[in-house]
Amino acid sequence: MTLVELLNIWPGAPLLSAFFWITITVFMLYLARTPAHRSIYSLSRVIHNGLRLLARSTRMAAEGVRTRNRDVLFNLGKESTERIIEREFQRVDDVIQRDLSSYPMLQRSMADQIVRMDEDYQKSAELPPPVPAWVDAITALGKISSKDASVAAILEQIHKTINSQHKGVLDEYRRVSSDRHGILNKMMPLWRRLTETLEQASKRFTGLNERAQVIDHRIQEYQEIQAQSDKAERMLTSSAATQFFIAGFVLMIATGGAIINFNLIALPMSEMVGGGSYIGAFKTSDVAALVIILVELAMGLYLMESLRITRLFPIIGQMDDRTRRRMIWITFTILFIMAGVEASLAFMRDRLAADMQALRQSLADVEVVATANNWIPTVGQMVMGFILPFALAFVAIPLESFVHAARTVLGGVFAALLNALAFVFRLTGNVARYGGELGVNLYDLAIFPSLWIERLVLEKRRPPEETEPAEPGPMAEETS
Amino acid sequence: MKKILLIALMGILVLNAGCADTTSRARSVFMLLDTSGTYKAEIDKARAIINYLLGTFEPGDSMAVARIDSGSFSEKDIVAKVTFDRRPSVATEQKRLFKTKVDRFITQSKGSAHTDITGGVVQAVQYLNETGAGQKYILIFSDLEEDLAKGHVRDFPLEMAGCQAIALNVTKLRSDNVDPRDYFKRVEGWKKRIEDGGGSWRLLNDLERLDRILET
Repeated sequence: MTLVELLNIWPGAPLLSAFFWITITVFMLYLARTPAHRSIYSLSRVIHNGLRLLARSTRMAAEGVRTRNRDVLFNLGKESTERIIEREFQRVDDVIQRDLSSYPMLQRSMADQIVRMDEDYQKSAELPPPVPAWVDAITALGKISSKDASVAAILEQIHKTINSQHKGVLDEYRRVSSDRHGILNKMMPLWRRLTETLEQASKRFTGLNERAQVIDHRIQEYQEIQAQSDKAERMLTSSAATQFFIAGFVLMIATGGAIINFNLIALPMSEMVGGGSYIGAFKTSDVAALVIILVELAMGLYLMESLRITRLFPIIGQMDDRTRRRMIWITFTILFIMAGVEASLAFMRDRLAADMQALRQSLADVEVVATANNWIPTVGQMVMGFILPFALAFVAIPLESFVHAARTVLGGVFAALLNALAFVFRLTGNVARYGGELGVNLYDLAIFPSLWIERLVLEKRRPPEETEPAEPGPMAEETS
Repeated sequence: MKKILLIALMGILVLNAGCADTTSRARSVFMLLDTSGTYKAEIDKARAIINYLLGTFEPGDSMAVARIDSGSFSEKDIVAKVTFDRRPSVATEQKRLFKTKVDRFITQSKGSAHTDITGGVVQAVQYLNETGAGQKYILIFSDLEEDLAKGHVRDFPLEMAGCQAIALNVTKLRSDNVDPRDYFKRVEGWKKRIEDGGGSWRLLNDLERLDRILET
């Protein structure tokens, strides 16, 4: 007997049977109404509370991530600004060492020049011509009458003497003036030298002043970061995002270089490690070529670290100068050797490719044609093989920026994702809560005949004064 | 620093030592060329197939070319065989030498009175198993019409496990034109023998698509 046959109480009257079962179901649901309501409410409350708790935890986690990001951001910013300030101070130190260490000498030179100029100036001071004593005598003689011939002769003689003396004094005056002009003329180069010296000193001081302004600006930034202000946070975040994209772009370019490098050495590597062996799904020669490129990258990283251009490995930066210099030479030598090996591999690649091409042509019964200047690609490949390892060494710089910026950018993205997740949890929790109320209402809607009958029965049982309870209106509420 | 250098060096040494899987990917091909009177005219086409295959082989692969004559189960019938060196430059030189041998054979080959395909297939299976290659192919360049010399016994089951037999350029005989069922019966007969022996069977008459030959 099937379930349908079992439910079909009155064969031939399916509607009646259906009505019967619906009535039974509604009645049963009516009986279970209170516990069912409680269950629905409990379920919705459990979901709501659980999700609310989850949302709060997620929000707290997001807040934790944000705080951590902020700390990292400020630390990185602080470190970066410290480096810049340190570098600026080094420049100032260089300027002082280079230019201002000779300042006492410069000062002495200037003082000497000034003394000499002063002496010359003293020498060139123009003295008023001496007042001749004979002026009084002439005044006295002027009062003597010249009508007497002998007096006239004497006066004539005196006139001649005065004229000749006047000429002599004038000549002497001109000679002395000429000497003074000569002295002043000699002062000209001294003045010029002094001007040049002063200009040099001025330039040096201007450069120093500019550096001081930059340091001042950086110190202000540093103070902002130290104070963990919002402005500093915005500035650092924006800077990190820019760095992230720029460094990412440069890394993509470097990846392109690495791929070209890989293609240059993969084929000839098969000559060394065998062309038919595999590691997993990859050819051993390809893996070996990749390892060589990665080792070159690693050497580049160590070189940059040793040169203190990057600071990915603090232990290298903390080494004493002697060990660090030794490491610079070692890494550079390895890099140089590898570049040489790559150049050789590139040469070998060219020969192998040419040989294979010749074989293919002979297999296809095509006449092999020798091309002119076929050494150009060979040399080009060798040069590329030599240059690329060194070029890849500089990947360390964008890599450092990328790693630092990625920490901030990805941290921000992660925090945003956590916030979004918290929102989704909260939303779902609220949906569950109101869904529970909706479920209760739908439950009542499904058993509305029972509820209707219940209301009718209750109304009949109620005393007449209770059948229509006086509902207090708004005014009544206000009064109460 | 020393440690890093040591690790890098060890890595390269390990790669050099060939810890990798060297056999499973290697391919081994044994090509049987029918030199019987009716089919000898087709043998020039085989040269194009061999040249194509030589161009696709990689270091570590193996190839052999043997003729199908009156009694093919013999080392004397192997025209050329080679396992390509792991170094590409040496492999290229081996390919040149192989091509020269095959060219000489094709120029100087003479027609045989009988056609012992089964003997050639048995010889091919033996050679392929010896190479230890991961992929084993037997290329049968023939019309598949077996014509055994008197006294030769070839009606035994073949042991073809792991081998793919590919019949190339199976030409129609004059009798096939009279009754095409003979052709289908012949091809089906060989298919059954190969598959019963544990091998797989393919028929490839379109020699314009040589890239399909070694498809797995």
